[in-house]
Amino acid sequence: MRLVLEPRAERSTAAAIASPLIAVGLTLLVMSILFGFLGKDPLNALAVYFLQPLTDSYSLQEMVVKATPLVMIGIGLALCYLANVWNIGAEGQFVIGAVAGSYLAVKTQGTDAGTWVLPAMLVLGALGGALYALIPAICRVRFGASEILVSLMLVYVADLVLDYLVRGPWRDPHGYNFPTTADFDPVATVPSIIEGSRLHIGALMALVVVAAAWTVLGRTIKGFEIRVVGAAPKAARFAGFDADRLVLFTFAVSGALAGLAGIIEVAGPVGHLQPGISPGYGFTAIIVAFLGRLNPIGILIAGLFLALTFIGGEQAQISLKVPLDLTKVFQGILLFFVLACDSLILYRVRLIRTRKAADAVA
Amino acid sequence: MRKLLFAAAALLALAAPAAAEDKLKVGFIYVGPIGDFGWSYQHEQGRLAMMKALGDKVDSTYLEKVPEGPDAERAIEQLARSGHKLIFTTSFGFMDATVKVAKKYPNLMFEHATGYKREKNLATYSGRFYEGRYIQGVIAAKMSKSGVMGYIASVPIPEVISGINATMIGAQTVNPNIKVKIIWVGEWFNPGKEADAAKALIDQGADVIMQHTDSAAAVETAAKRGIPAFGQDSDMIKFGPKTQLTAIIDNWGPYYTERAKLALDGKWTSTDTWGGLGSKMVVMAPYTNMPDDVKNLAEDTEAQIASGKLHPFKCPVVAQDGSTVECKGGTHLDDGQILGMNYYVKGVDDKVPGK
Repeated sequence: MRLVLEPRAERSTAAAIASPLIAVGLTLLVMSILFGFLGKDPLNALAVYFLQPLTDSYSLQEMVVKATPLVMIGIGLALCYLANVWNIGAEGQFVIGAVAGSYLAVKTQGTDAGTWVLPAMLVLGALGGALYALIPAICRVRFGASEILVSLMLVYVADLVLDYLVRGPWRDPHGYNFPTTADFDPVATVPSIIEGSRLHIGALMALVVVAAAWTVLGRTIKGFEIRVVGAAPKAARFAGFDADRLVLFTFAVSGALAGLAGIIEVAGPVGHLQPGISPGYGFTAIIVAFLGRLNPIGILIAGLFLALTFIGGEQAQISLKVPLDLTKVFQGILLFFVLACDSLILYRVRLIRTRKAADAVA
Repeated sequence: MRKLLFAAAALLALAAPAAAEDKLKVGFIYVGPIGDFGWSYQHEQGRLAMMKALGDKVDSTYLEKVPEGPDAERAIEQLARSGHKLIFTTSFGFMDATVKVAKKYPNLMFEHATGYKREKNLATYSGRFYEGRYIQGVIAAKMSKSGVMGYIASVPIPEVISGINATMIGAQTVNPNIKVKIIWVGEWFNPGKEADAAKALIDQGADVIMQHTDSAAAVETAAKRGIPAFGQDSDMIKFGPKTQLTAIIDNWGPYYTERAKLALDGKWTSTDTWGGLGSKMVVMAPYTNMPDDVKNLAEDTEAQIASGKLHPFKCPVVAQDGSTVECKGGTHLDDGQILGMNYYVKGVDDKVPGK
């Protein structure tokens, strides 16, 4: 007897919906076994991990704060990936967006600049991210360079630019030469939704982005174009869609969203510019985009879910005293199962009896 | 369904306040993994020493590898919300996050290592590591035949720059023409890069290696080449049994014990502690793999610094460009000048990055 994967005649919609759920289920199963090995009650551990953060409003708010940049970047990446365009450098676009927006905050520091500062910073952030993302896009369209490599390598360039600025020209003059800008003025800070909480209006903007992406992808010609170019490039060419222009378009949009996420993060939860403003949001968002099936609503759910694993991981470290690595293992296992279960969409699993086995039974 | 009930029961059990609430819960935030054998490892040793000293009067938790960004604030707040009364945040990059959380929880006590922002309920503490560096400079100049020291630097903040300067001033008391080659790794913990830097320095002629990064990679790499080296943060003798000269050990245990005791007695106040060899917050590992005369000189230098007789930055301090640094502390530079140091002293042939 053996298992074979048999290609399906067409994509299975049922499998497409079931696949992430199966993946999450399998992950939970493996995690239970792991907790068991560590001598922790698996049910209790999973409760700490996944249910406790959902039971108090503080953890819920923190979850949304953590999910906000992930969802925003993830949406932009999904547009790229649907069009078969591979932007791997959202991390760099995030950083450059943060830098571009912070320029205004640093320059207006301590002046009586009005309430226009924050909106202008957000616009600059999005613009910075978009322009930075256009570099790999133009390289691909004009010179046929791999956008994967170029966008990825530009991440390190962005990190170094940020590093240079906060250690050099933008360094807080009263900060004992430590590498950070001065704290942004109130007019340059993203306001909280709830007084005293870290939950900021960026979360609402992420929701708007999700709704907009859902509309564009589902209801407009542009969305149709993205899908067709991605799924059937030849057909797209016959239909008169310009693949090169779409590369530029998707890169610009995803760069703008990553840049916007960057400036919101810096002007919100961080409050100033410093090295290490992103704990890898641009890369984690790639997982979010795929976990969410490149679907805006799915990405929203996936972003919240991944944020939950961060918060739950911390609570598990505190109340169960398990090591941090467990959180990392968890995310790795999840991604592994998601990719594995994805094969169910295009393939079906069949049990085939070999002749010998059949004979033996007979 | 039964599983669900179990989970719900588990949740209720968690939500109920734990018994024996009298214990002081102490929280720690580490920037690296506790297994780095360097900075975070030493803080973890300090936590364990505190646990040992105070026994069942305290309970403690740590969060390791917390990134120095927006996540830090959440991590600190998670500790604050889960009943921890005294919280130590052990990296410079946690400063603003600690200030924010401290303002939000005025009834809890916070302590931040190596920073300069204080509040009523936020104390700061750090070690005068430059004192140990001065001794290392003296030893290195004695041991070096080529007259070139190799220095692996991490991030160009004042603490690291003052360390380079103290090394140089110490070395110049032995050999006025001593040279130092510096490689900036740009990170605190990256064993691969640290090892590469050590190799490069040795290839460039350095015959004694010192480091201001957190792993044991440099000591290990130098040991393979038979080159003497200094450990950092912890005693790294097992990584270079025949080559480690000494190490600067961060000794946090007594401080953590004392602060937790004060908190237990209700006598904790926000203070600014900068402990050195004198108060044993900075300790030198045994002087090994060197001739007796060097060892005696090192021990003598250590005793003089510990007693306050000798200050590594005693005036006049001459900057790289030849100008004399203003002497604000009377006979030596004052603490503010050392804490904000961003220039090299004379004889260092390098440029401060980003300047």
